[in-house]
Amino acid sequence: MNAEKSITPKLIVSDLNFFYGNDQALKNINLTIPEKMVTAFIGPSGCGKSTLLRTFNRMYELYPKQKATGEILLDGQNLLDKKQDLNTLRAKIGMVFQKPTPFPMSIYDNITFGVKLYETLNRHDMDERVEWALKKAALWNEVKDKLKQSGTGLSGGQQQRLCIARAIAVKPQVLLLDEPTSALDPISTAHIEKLIDELKKEFTIVIVTHNMQQAARVSDYTAYMYLGDLIEFGDTSNVFTNPKRKETEDYITGRFG
Amino acid sequence: MFSLYTRRRLINAFNLGISVAAMAFGLFWLGWILITLLEYGIPGLTLAVFTQTTPPPGSDGGLINAIVGTLMMTALGTLIGTPIGILAGTYLAEFGQRGWLAPVTRFINDVLLSAPSIVIGLFVYEMYVVRVKHFSGWAGAFALAILVIPVVIRTTENMLRLVPNNLREAAAALGAPQWKVISSVTLRAARAGILTGVMLAVARISGETAPLLFTALNNQFWSSNLNQPMANLPVVIFQFAMSPYTDWQHLAWAGALLITLSVLTLNIVARVVFRQQATTH
Repeated sequence: MNAEKSITPKLIVSDLNFFYGNDQALKNINLTIPEKMVTAFIGPSGCGKSTLLRTFNRMYELYPKQKATGEILLDGQNLLDKKQDLNTLRAKIGMVFQKPTPFPMSIYDNITFGVKLYETLNRHDMDERVEWALKKAALWNEVKDKLKQSGTGLSGGQQQRLCIARAIAVKPQVLLLDEPTSALDPISTAHIEKLIDELKKEFTIVIVTHNMQQAARVSDYTAYMYLGDLIEFGDTSNVFTNPKRKETEDYITGRFG
Repeated sequence: MFSLYTRRRLINAFNLGISVAAMAFGLFWLGWILITLLEYGIPGLTLAVFTQTTPPPGSDGGLINAIVGTLMMTALGTLIGTPIGILAGTYLAEFGQRGWLAPVTRFINDVLLSAPSIVIGLFVYEMYVVRVKHFSGWAGAFALAILVIPVVIRTTENMLRLVPNNLREAAAALGAPQWKVISSVTLRAARAGILTGVMLAVARISGETAPLLFTALNNQFWSSNLNQPMANLPVVIFQFAMSPYTDWQHLAWAGALLITLSVLTLNIVARVVFRQQATTH
């Protein structure tokens, strides 16, 4: 049924293992994230879905004792390779976290923080970039008159959209969303889900979610994980309506988890 | 027999009672000190205090040389100690996860934090005053700086640890190198707390007597030369209060009131700044 969609792989994960000290959190993961589509990771708490997401921008390297082995190819290059510059990699792969994380600075400076790291724009271009990012994140109309105010003064849902705007302002290729709506009310959640639909025209999106309905609503592909194993990966409608594995069916029908 | 509810109410009333009594006991002495200070200090606070230098016994005079000396040495001590303290505190909080250097530094800093200030005075006396063969304002400032450093290290580290890791991850996820994450995100998020720490350090050193006794000593005359012995409020208070001359005793009370009021002002400013920062983000 995917014949009409042309699929280009963006990230190819092969034989990925991950360790917290001596505890293995991911076991031999193999999957392919398609370009400009939404891929969702679902599974019960502790199954490794966030851990898997955090290997894509090597976020785990902030902490000693965490390590990954295997390969993750981004446009044919292994991003786990120590020779890959970590900061340029992270500029290509943006991330939005579970809790909104506005920096303690103005809304404008929140957006320009990442941009300034890799580009030198004049005042006019920077203003345009800020407007572009805020419009993409559907926040522009709410904040255009208070760009100089602190980003921490916004509501939770607005803060999360600010974080999305900040992430896309650096024009990444991939956007990682780690349970982006679990701290938000239903209206803000609906906003962000609509946004994800818009953003996938330009970015490859990977989303971790606890909410199966959300995965069904927003994603093109779904990976079901359990205890560090990738149990099933495929077209979202197939995974939800016609799962190949018994474990997946049990989870999505609510028999456990 | 009492019902369960009555018993709980009685236990609650008893505990509340002893807590209030303990608080009242503490506040009583504090109040007494403040009232005595105001009672004896206010009559001594004349214009002459701010315009004339410390007098010989039996003649009129003020405290201007001691006020200026204290201001200069406190400012210098803070200026020297604060950057060192903030940098070291940042190292402990942001880079201190691995290796042995951070735990050792933290332990030594704790020792320094609780070291009696007279020991610091003796140290600077031995290391600096003895070598240059005279007491000086510089020596006083150095001794005060050594007192500032551990306080600032401790508050900087604690305040940076309060910054959620999420914020560091979010900045790193944008591709910011670690120095950039620290300088523009974490230090900025913790700045109100760090500033409070600096102000508390200033409040602490502005009343220190022992370290200045061995370093700046005192000066009966006007002097803003940091290479000369320098007058300062705590040592003047110590000398004048112990003297048999009533004029000197009045000046000592006035000086004590001045120090208390400035420390009080500083604490209030620190609180107001902290509260403003807390509400703006």
